[in-house]
Amino acid sequence: MSSNNDMNLLLKIWRQPDAQTKGELVDYNVTGISPDSSFLEMLDVLNEQLVTKGEDPVVFDHDCREGICGMCSLFINGEAHGPGKSITTCQLHMRSFKDGDTIYIEPFRATAMPVIKDLVVDRTSMEKIQQAGGYVSINTSGNTQDANALPIPKADADAAFDAATCIGCGACIATCKNASAMLFLSAKVSQFALLPQGKVEGAERVKNMVRVMDEEGFGNCTNTGACEVECPKGISLDNIARMNREYLSASLAD
Amino acid sequence: MSKLDSKIPAGPIKDKWTNHKNNINLVNPANKRLIDVIVVGTGLAGGAAAASLAEMGYNVKAFAYQDSPRRAHSIAAQGGINAAKNYQNDGDSTYRLFYDTVKGGDYRAREANVYRLAEVSASIIDQCVAQGVPFARDYGGLLDNRSFGGVLVSRTFYAKGQTGQQLLLGAYSAMNRQIAKGKIAMYNRHEMLDVVLVDGKARGIIARDLITGKIERHSAHAVVIATGGYGNVFFLSTNAMGSNVTAAWKIHKKGAYFANPCYTQIHPTCIPRSGDHQSKLTLMSESLRNDGRIWVPKHMKDVEAIRKGTLKPTQLAEGDRDYYLERRYPAFGNLVPRDVASRAAKERCDAGYGVNATGEAVYLDFAAAYVRYGKEKAHITGLHNPSDEKILELGRAVIESKYGNLFQMYEKIVDENPYMTPMMIYPAVHYTMGGIWVDYNLQTTIPGCYAAGEANFSDHGANRLGASALMQGLADGYFVLPYTIGDYLANEIRTGAIPTDSPEFDAAEKNVTDTITKMMNIKGTKSVDHFHKRLGKIMWNNVGMARNIKGLKEAMAEIQQIRKEFWSDLRIPGTANSMNAELEKAGRVADFLELGELFAKDALDRNESCGGHFREESQTEEGEALRNDNDYAYVSAWEYKGEPADAILHKEELTFNDIELKQRSYK
Repeated sequence: MSSNNDMNLLLKIWRQPDAQTKGELVDYNVTGISPDSSFLEMLDVLNEQLVTKGEDPVVFDHDCREGICGMCSLFINGEAHGPGKSITTCQLHMRSFKDGDTIYIEPFRATAMPVIKDLVVDRTSMEKIQQAGGYVSINTSGNTQDANALPIPKADADAAFDAATCIGCGACIATCKNASAMLFLSAKVSQFALLPQGKVEGAERVKNMVRVMDEEGFGNCTNTGACEVECPKGISLDNIARMNREYLSASLAD
Repeated sequence: MSKLDSKIPAGPIKDKWTNHKNNINLVNPANKRLIDVIVVGTGLAGGAAAASLAEMGYNVKAFAYQDSPRRAHSIAAQGGINAAKNYQNDGDSTYRLFYDTVKGGDYRAREANVYRLAEVSASIIDQCVAQGVPFARDYGGLLDNRSFGGVLVSRTFYAKGQTGQQLLLGAYSAMNRQIAKGKIAMYNRHEMLDVVLVDGKARGIIARDLITGKIERHSAHAVVIATGGYGNVFFLSTNAMGSNVTAAWKIHKKGAYFANPCYTQIHPTCIPRSGDHQSKLTLMSESLRNDGRIWVPKHMKDVEAIRKGTLKPTQLAEGDRDYYLERRYPAFGNLVPRDVASRAAKERCDAGYGVNATGEAVYLDFAAAYVRYGKEKAHITGLHNPSDEKILELGRAVIESKYGNLFQMYEKIVDENPYMTPMMIYPAVHYTMGGIWVDYNLQTTIPGCYAAGEANFSDHGANRLGASALMQGLADGYFVLPYTIGDYLANEIRTGAIPTDSPEFDAAEKNVTDTITKMMNIKGTKSVDHFHKRLGKIMWNNVGMARNIKGLKEAMAEIQQIRKEFWSDLRIPGTANSMNAELEKAGRVADFLELGELFAKDALDRNESCGGHFREESQTEEGEALRNDNDYAYVSAWEYKGEPADAILHKEELTFNDIELKQRSYK
């Protein structure tokens, strides 16, 4: 449905052919954008225009388009996932903008997350942090104990769940002035630190994950708290405090 | 010679799986180290299989088109996972879960597979809890359950509205442990574009590195396809944008039969579409039907007033509302199975009672639940004579704790506060019960090629019950495939590493590069999306919630026409040897354009209504679906023969020894 509310916008989009080539902001005009369309649907409209003209469309990561896969990124007008609290870029709708607006669209930036092409970045470093200890060492078997043999206080289970809702998008890293991955890492450490299943190898986990974070070139945490503000899932800074306690006690035990 | 041997083990149904496990071949731990397995797709089925196979000692190569296994679309599953634990003491059992699933699937699933699924369901919950999956718990610290459609017990385990996310992150964590050990080689941003057969056996794949465009050869002793469903053939669905049929279609073209493509689930509770810009649809979990009541106005004048904006739904008196599910199906009410709920919504909207501008929306209303929970909460907290407002406030807080993220998603998309006004919902394509035909061991008709999770056809018949997809994906990945694949691999311990410089790999790679070159060289005028949207429109109109002979024949002809235009007028900018999202989409849509026709052909063949497949020619006087067990109690397994229209039908007759075939009733 087109309506009188449709918008015309000027987009300034980061274009970069590959990791080796220098990128730049390029201007594009889009017209007739419905306020009910999502931000990524607005980019679909732009890309349809570019393809029809035979130009290279803008590449951006996206998949589920319902805020859970963590694939979409984008720095929009200087904010990770754009304006609005507790949303990913795919959940941002054009009603958050006005007709005639200029919108800056850039990739998530951090040394440990280099640009692959245009707005797509390489988040392999985040994978490596998870591989360093983001698990409970248990094999698949039909013979683990009954799930209800181990009661877990509801408050702990709920807090572990809240930490576990991290979608691994990298907004916290892109937002942090030090490009630190502390919020991302601490969410996983906290989930397991709060559960009896995770406590067994807790000390090894936190030490290994922190070591890999440092090796991958992420910065340190200086408690600014910007990560928490921009996190689309509201992962709390409390997780970083918990992780620091875990790390301290693990280091002292050495 | 028919290749359709389902390999169902002999014996009573409750002993089949145990006996089968005791009798199949095993591979000794030292030999497992000599065997490579490729797993394509890293959702619940693929991720669980990759992790489990690696733990057992096999060398696993796993492939995902996203940049991490954690992003597979299993992550978006909301409501829960079924398991016959009977923690609620409401009479649940393995048999009941088996019975509900076969009945829910409208008696078009294989009994033995479904029984096994019910049998291993309890182990899934144990396994996931041991991994640290934070399921919802009650104040005693034990696991909580909710109820889902089509059943009379509470057997659904959940983690708020993010159950799929938490289960997938569990499988992902198990994978990470094996990646760290070097037992899984993870290939992110890679897409499988063909399977390689050597001496008739699956021996590897051809994959494209989506960053560099490089075409790669990967060999293995067996190949597992766990690449999900094909709902995106409709363009608009609740699937992720990248969800596709390509891996399944490629193995189909190399000899794997495709079963029941027309069995598609149209989910009743999705956010209605808002306009032509729409790129996908968003589900609102079925769990909401535990507490939400579905209605449209009784009188047309109220419908008109609501559409005009002069009447708010909250102002409409109780007596002027038509709670049509409760009216038509008093026994199950708002918790009828998905196919029934979807058709009932379509019936009301087709009759003109849709409540939004497009006429395609009904209400899902939580007002009664706010009052019910609010009163309960007031009672618990010792609040005497609370005001109505206080009750609503307390009740809304309870609903928020149960479904908070879903309500937030709704508000972001629709820009209305669903705590204050009823949600608007409409059915949308969600899940595909059909898929690659597999035997009891999950092996396809290609030796050494397996299919798991939504990619196979096996457990849900013609309609999947809520919270059963997560159960099946994890059952296949954790508890079925790791055993059954050993039976095949036991004969491979002397094979040695599979070389990738064979003529078979040469030919498969050439096939892939030729297809890419052909697509790049069309240099036409239309984008991939142009063709995808046209395909989707035909599928929705003619092969959607109601199907008839005329519409299906038209659809087949039109899809052929679109396919012709696609191959002569497609435009893909850029090059093939770099990241090129248009090229990726083009390959997927090319396959959808073939699958779509087979889908319609299958729907045409099945002149009965069962589950999600509704043929207008086969209904009762009241408009309910009418099954025909005499003529159609079979699995349709299609063999590829060039054009989809030429596909050959093989029938696997379904026999029901443990459940009596009945016309489904939820009244």
